Amino acid sequence: MNNQDEIKQLEYAISEIMEIADGFGLDYYPMRYEICPADIIYTFGAYGMPTRFSHWSFGKTFNKMKMQYDFGLSKIYELVINSNPCYAFLLDGNSLIQNKLIVAHVLAHCDFFKNNFRFSASNRNMVESMSATAERISQYEMEFGTEAVESFIDAVLSIQEHVDPQLIKAPHLDKQRYMEHKIKEQKESAKHDPPAGDYDDLWSLDAPKSKEKDASASRHFPPEPEKDVMWFIQEFSEVLEEWQRDIMSMLREEMLYFWPQMETKIMNEGWASYWHQRIIRELDLTSEETIEFAKLNSSVVQPSRNSLNPYYLGLKIFEDIERRWDHPTKEEQELAGRKPGQGREKIFEVREFDSDISFIRNYLTKELTEDLDLYVFEKKGPEWKITDKGWERVRDQLVVSRVNGGNPYLVVSDGDYLRNGELVLRHEYEGTELDLKYMERTMPYVYQLWGRTVHLETIIEDKKVMFTHDGKKLHRKFV
Amino acid sequence: MHSDDHSLFVVSKEDWSLHRKGYQDQVRHQEKVKEMIKQNLPDLITEESIVMSDGKQIIKVPIRSLDEYRFIYNFQKQKHVGQGDGDSQVGDVLARDPAQKPGQGEKAGDQPGYDIMEAEVSMEDLENMLFDEMELPFMKPKEQQDVETESITFNDIRKKGMQSNIDKKRTILENLRRNATTGNPGIHHISPDDLRYKTWEEIVVPHSSAVIIAMMDTSGSMGSFEKYCARSFFFWMTRFLRRQYEKVDIVFLAHHTEAKEVTEEDFFTRGESGGTICSSAYQKALEIIDRRYPPSKYNIYPFHFSDGDNLTSDNERCVRLIGELLKVSNMFGYGEVNQYNRSSTLMSAYRNIKMDQFMYYVIKEKGEVYHALRTFFKKQEGALT
Repeated sequence: MNNQDEIKQLEYAISEIMEIADGFGLDYYPMRYEICPADIIYTFGAYGMPTRFSHWSFGKTFNKMKMQYDFGLSKIYELVINSNPCYAFLLDGNSLIQNKLIVAHVLAHCDFFKNNFRFSASNRNMVESMSATAERISQYEMEFGTEAVESFIDAVLSIQEHVDPQLIKAPHLDKQRYMEHKIKEQKESAKHDPPAGDYDDLWSLDAPKSKEKDASASRHFPPEPEKDVMWFIQEFSEVLEEWQRDIMSMLREEMLYFWPQMETKIMNEGWASYWHQRIIRELDLTSEETIEFAKLNSSVVQPSRNSLNPYYLGLKIFEDIERRWDHPTKEEQELAGRKPGQGREKIFEVREFDSDISFIRNYLTKELTEDLDLYVFEKKGPEWKITDKGWERVRDQLVVSRVNGGNPYLVVSDGDYLRNGELVLRHEYEGTELDLKYMERTMPYVYQLWGRTVHLETIIEDKKVMFTHDGKKLHRKFV
Repeated sequence: MHSDDHSLFVVSKEDWSLHRKGYQDQVRHQEKVKEMIKQNLPDLITEESIVMSDGKQIIKVPIRSLDEYRFIYNFQKQKHVGQGDGDSQVGDVLARDPAQKPGQGEKAGDQPGYDIMEAEVSMEDLENMLFDEMELPFMKPKEQQDVETESITFNDIRKKGMQSNIDKKRTILENLRRNATTGNPGIHHISPDDLRYKTWEEIVVPHSSAVIIAMMDTSGSMGSFEKYCARSFFFWMTRFLRRQYEKVDIVFLAHHTEAKEVTEEDFFTRGESGGTICSSAYQKALEIIDRRYPPSKYNIYPFHFSDGDNLTSDNERCVRLIGELLKVSNMFGYGEVNQYNRSSTLMSAYRNIKMDQFMYYVIKEKGEVYHALRTFFKKQEGALT
């Protein structure tokens, strides 16, 4: 069979699948399917986007992924880009039935991109934006030298996760307005008395926000701890040149683009797996095709040991929601007023309004936790042991692991420490310590970006510690 | 719902062969790994995995610095959620850290959970990096160096040549190619134009040989650290000389109060008790040179490793014997492994030897094996090469 015939067949299958998907109510962008050889798929996989800038770290990832492919250890069948039109890259050599599954899977991803709330601020032209970024970075390389640009990007990438992905962030992106806003907020809050008891703040929820700060604190810079470390450094560092600020702001945009995908990994994969199964069931398959489909399907959603397969977990939760809303218990019917037969409607609602954290918190039930045999494990001495099977602790631990995309939560707590322009980052400790070896190696990067002494506050073994990098060495001080 | 969208899909298959970005960045990454290896040479060359590798051609070296460092959680102190196959119980052990070998206390950081990158380097690359900066000093032309061996390699293909040297495979390939271009594929009508001949080149290899007389103090005071440093040194030295000479012999002389020739295995593993008389080794070396390695034919490199704890009354004799050894050798190297920077009796005597061909280096830590190598084999101006 030649290429043209293959493509014809695939086109026929796609229009059939789309028709079924439309019947189910999936709502997606126009689709662009590209058939690519393996090394191209793996390049895109490593970079996250076909048009992304060049950096050795992507080369490293590419090499690793490609090697696993070459050794038959893993295979990426498709990649889908959150954009309008939506690009989906299919691995050259996929069989027709594999492609059918993938096409259905990808449609559901696209539906998710288009409709999930976390993606509502997504730049849908990111393919072009990233291409422009790559172009600009390579211009800078020519102008300022490859080494200089590369070592700068090394530093920026080290803190790239520390952005503020809030969807509503009016004061951002404008330095002056930001400062005015923050100072005004602070003055207002100073008028209110600090809450007296633990729950007193609940009474004044409707009143303007009250803050436990006195007026003298208004000299604080930033006025409020700033979550967007990338933005703060990019705006307020005194050593960065224009091209460096430009690169920082471009990489920050890219991170903000990828962020919703990190926040909805379990849901998105679960959603896509749910739909490829439902759609393929509607097709007329030969028995061979059915077996091949079953094989691939099970390899996608199979549970894995010691780590959670997001495809499987997401799929199971969606199926469970559908079941519980289709056949509510008497209690649910009476107390929650839930009527039978609303399963489909409910999962569409969930795909629109939830992200992984709320998805797990709201819909991972006791029965499901037990059914999936989920557990909490941790290191005890030299052994990794199962330490808890209580469903609420399992659920909460899963939620914790998804907070801030799984990254430690850092804020800029002071940008003018000791009135000397020093930077203080504070780790908002929530029970998990930082990896000190990595921290030691990351601090010089922060120093490189800030240009003055940088500090990091965190908790080690229940003690408050401040690490300080002064450009030469890292010091540790118990506070 | 969105009927206008439905026909809006395109399937395409394009030529991606020019999209090389992944490979380009991969090359850049490899370059960085190489730079990193170069910077870490002092530590790397004493890596046990290399010195004990017994000539494996590809070695793995741990590279930490090329991780993409970020603020991350301590994996070891984190709770994780996992999934069992239906009957998991609290208390089940999922995995166990490999037991730490005694004596590896310093490596406590290398625990699983970290993504330690292992770069693969070929021995050859590593040698190139290391030996690039080195040169063999005091090479003496030996009479045998005039004797050159000629050997012949068939390494070229030409259109003219001797009938007996026809390269049949290539000739047929040419014929196939020519027939195919004239639109009549197959093997037929072999014309003179198709004929290909193998042809050879004469290569001239200078026949030269060297011998290393490796002497080491195996008295009680030499611990495993001292021996390991010596071992690393001799490992690289042998490899270095092999690049310069066609044939390199190595003679192992272990000594305490008396010296004897031993196998490599014994040399590095056997320990003896008792005092130290270094001159015994030098004496033995002279005997061996006299018997087996005539200086007219061999480049001789006696090297001695000790902790410097010599019988004081023996020092004078040592200095005299070194003088004698130097008459027949290219150079004499003395490496003192002295972790704690004690003042050693031997060193106090050797410091006063004023001969270019006599060199010494005091190794205080593993990384200095590299510096010792560079000191002994540093590039010199005006040296015979």
